[in-house]
Amino acid sequence: MSSAILAAFGLVFDPYVLTVILLSAIFGLFVGAMPGLTATMATALLVPVTFFMSPVPALGAIVTATAMAIFAGDIPAAMLRMPGTPASAAYTDESYAMSRKGQLELNLGVNLVFSVLGGLIGVLVLILAAPSLAELAINFSSFEYFWLACLGLTCAIFISTGDPVKGFLSLFVGLAIGCIGIDPAAGYPRFTFGNVDLMSGINFIPTMIGVFAVSELMRGVMTVDQAGRPVQEKVGALFRGLGEVTRKYWTNFLRGSAVGTLIGALPGAGADIAAWVSYAMAKRFSKEPEKFGTGHIEGIVESTSANNSAIGGAWIPALVFGIPGDSITAIVIGVLYMKGMNPGPTVFLENPQLIYAVFIIFILANLLMLPLGYAAIRGARHLLAIPKNVLLPIILLFCVVGSFAMTNSPYGIVLMLIFGVVGWLMEENGIPVAPLILGLVLGELLEHSFMTSMIKSDGEFLVFFQRPIAGLLGALTLTTWGLMLWRGLRPARAAI
Amino acid sequence: MRINRRHMLSGISAAGLASGLSLPAIGQARYPNRPVTLVCPWGAGGGTDATARIVAAILEKDLGQPFNVVNRTGGSGVVGHSAIATAAPDGYTIGMITVEITMMHHQGLTELKPDSYTPLALMNVDPPGVQVNANSPHKTIKELADAVKAAPPGRMKASGTGQGGIWHLALIGWLQAMGLRPDHVAWVPSNGAAPAMQDLAAGGVDIVTCSVPEAKAMIDAGRARSLAVMAPQRNPQFRDVPTLNEALGINYSVGAWRGIAAPKGISADINNTLVAALKKAYDSKEFQEFMANRGFGTTWADPAGFAAYMAEGDRAMGAAMTAAGLAKRA
Repeated sequence: MSSAILAAFGLVFDPYVLTVILLSAIFGLFVGAMPGLTATMATALLVPVTFFMSPVPALGAIVTATAMAIFAGDIPAAMLRMPGTPASAAYTDESYAMSRKGQLELNLGVNLVFSVLGGLIGVLVLILAAPSLAELAINFSSFEYFWLACLGLTCAIFISTGDPVKGFLSLFVGLAIGCIGIDPAAGYPRFTFGNVDLMSGINFIPTMIGVFAVSELMRGVMTVDQAGRPVQEKVGALFRGLGEVTRKYWTNFLRGSAVGTLIGALPGAGADIAAWVSYAMAKRFSKEPEKFGTGHIEGIVESTSANNSAIGGAWIPALVFGIPGDSITAIVIGVLYMKGMNPGPTVFLENPQLIYAVFIIFILANLLMLPLGYAAIRGARHLLAIPKNVLLPIILLFCVVGSFAMTNSPYGIVLMLIFGVVGWLMEENGIPVAPLILGLVLGELLEHSFMTSMIKSDGEFLVFFQRPIAGLLGALTLTTWGLMLWRGLRPARAAI
Repeated sequence: MRINRRHMLSGISAAGLASGLSLPAIGQARYPNRPVTLVCPWGAGGGTDATARIVAAILEKDLGQPFNVVNRTGGSGVVGHSAIATAAPDGYTIGMITVEITMMHHQGLTELKPDSYTPLALMNVDPPGVQVNANSPHKTIKELADAVKAAPPGRMKASGTGQGGIWHLALIGWLQAMGLRPDHVAWVPSNGAAPAMQDLAAGGVDIVTCSVPEAKAMIDAGRARSLAVMAPQRNPQFRDVPTLNEALGINYSVGAWRGIAAPKGISADINNTLVAALKKAYDSKEFQEFMANRGFGTTWADPAGFAAYMAEGDRAMGAAMTAAGLAKRA
């Protein structure tokens, strides 16, 4: 084993491999910071390049680019209210609120440092506990996923500030538009009116760009000749106040990393869902939940740790069983096969030096994030110095490019524009947009897991509680709902 | 910018000078003289995407122009397939079409049929396998077949792809060959083979009828066993898995295939250039090694052979889907 580790160090600390890592880090930062270009897309774009590389630089490029991209998505989220990747969507509003309060430095400092730390936790879990965690993850069938989707939807109530009824409304709109397209169970087209594009459903990334970024642009246009500059002009000391945040919220960091790794390890749920769930948990267990949504750092600590730890977590089932933990590892598995490192428990026995080399690159990439991320934030601050009437069209251009890239057709742009208007109308009327995105993300999982479970059980509902993990998750979900209902009803009764 | 304009100007003047000559001939002699788009109807990272990308990489090296793989996903493959069929027939948009083109129109999802395309080359065929959980009491395909026959209709569950997908039809074909009703084993739709194999390992379903390469990771992990392949011959990568014919005497074989096609109406010259380049790509060491590494089968058919193969597949799928009640009644 020790000789394999030494061999792995030899493989990684090679000038060619290190150059590849550095270049893919810069590539990842760029892709992540561009709205609409996701970490998954960064991986897909790297695949043809890796065809002609040996395994270690090939996997190193993917590992580094994805870690950087998930962090870099936080930068435009905080500065322009444009999540760079879906993984930042959960706390975009919170980050932007902090920037408007003049706390952009603290926000980006926290995002950077806790992305690094969360990423490292995810890697450590991957190194130490991959086989046993994969064992847990593989036992998830549709029954367990159904409860998980229910728990995820419950987050909508926690993430929406203000009136819960408006939060529900937004969530249900999200679930309803999630029905458009081919029914995931029966394969029958719904609400498509014979339109080929609608058959592919409402793609959630153009929708997300629309409701967050385009609606913000529309608000910006209305005030374009007033205050000439958005948010604030300069980025000061990034790491001031970080010590205090760490001291105060270290439990959030640990919980976020743990939840993130676990959700990452579950097949089909990745960094974006990890961020939603962590943000909701932070608010649920916070001593001051009323501050959430007003530019409060607590939820950001937890969710920015979670989305980066999920990257490492997703590799757990991918390496042990060849089952993708998220859309990134779905591509990685293909690359593993191509490089003759067929996933399975034997991968640790047949090619230990290659796996250890991947682990070393994982750690290296996360450490490299600190200086490179710092440089990226420094570079991005020039954005803030651009006058609004120049900046807004540029942002719109990026939004158009990102939306087009998701569907490879103008359909993405149309979706983005429609949901830009929808998002603007919703927010002008005090309806939060984040639950809509959550509904759209989880709607298909909810429907598919429910329908397939019912087919498996021949219509028997009790099966949802008969499997041990499903029973536990079901009890947890129903208890949470019960508590929420009780809390909601109590003041009403007191009033009588 | 300036270079572009100069190119354009010289192009225009050349066109002016050559007005007496046959213009298309000049254009075709230089095909391809700009990047070519290769549409993939399935998502990045899957088997079709990987195959499309290796083919594109080899064509790019051979023909000297970039071949960009563009994923047009969604709608169970309808979106990408219609993007290929409706593109301009100038040779600059081609695509990878898959077995679904012989199935979707029977379901009423689209009007597109195999003859909506100019077939160029069949590159790959993967037969289905029969996989069970490693803890399943059924050690051989014979034992499983007996258990399936003995079970009440609908008791056993199988998965592998969406409702009416290719692996669903593989199950139906096998059940019908055994003289059972198409829904004797209930179908649990999944988002592809990998989630289905995971559900098999999690104990959610009894049988998964995806191809053996797709099941390989779970088999290697000791979580699943492959009992048979529905093919005329065994897979050289999985020598100890028998065919249905040797084990049960059932001669049933159907496969998922991938090929390259262009929109209808491309010129003969472009057609010939592409077919020759595809044949070269198919025979290349890179392609054969890549496919062998993934465990994917390689099968070649030229345009005429590919068209006949699709027509035959289309007829068989139509019959099977009608029998199973999956086809849309006219």
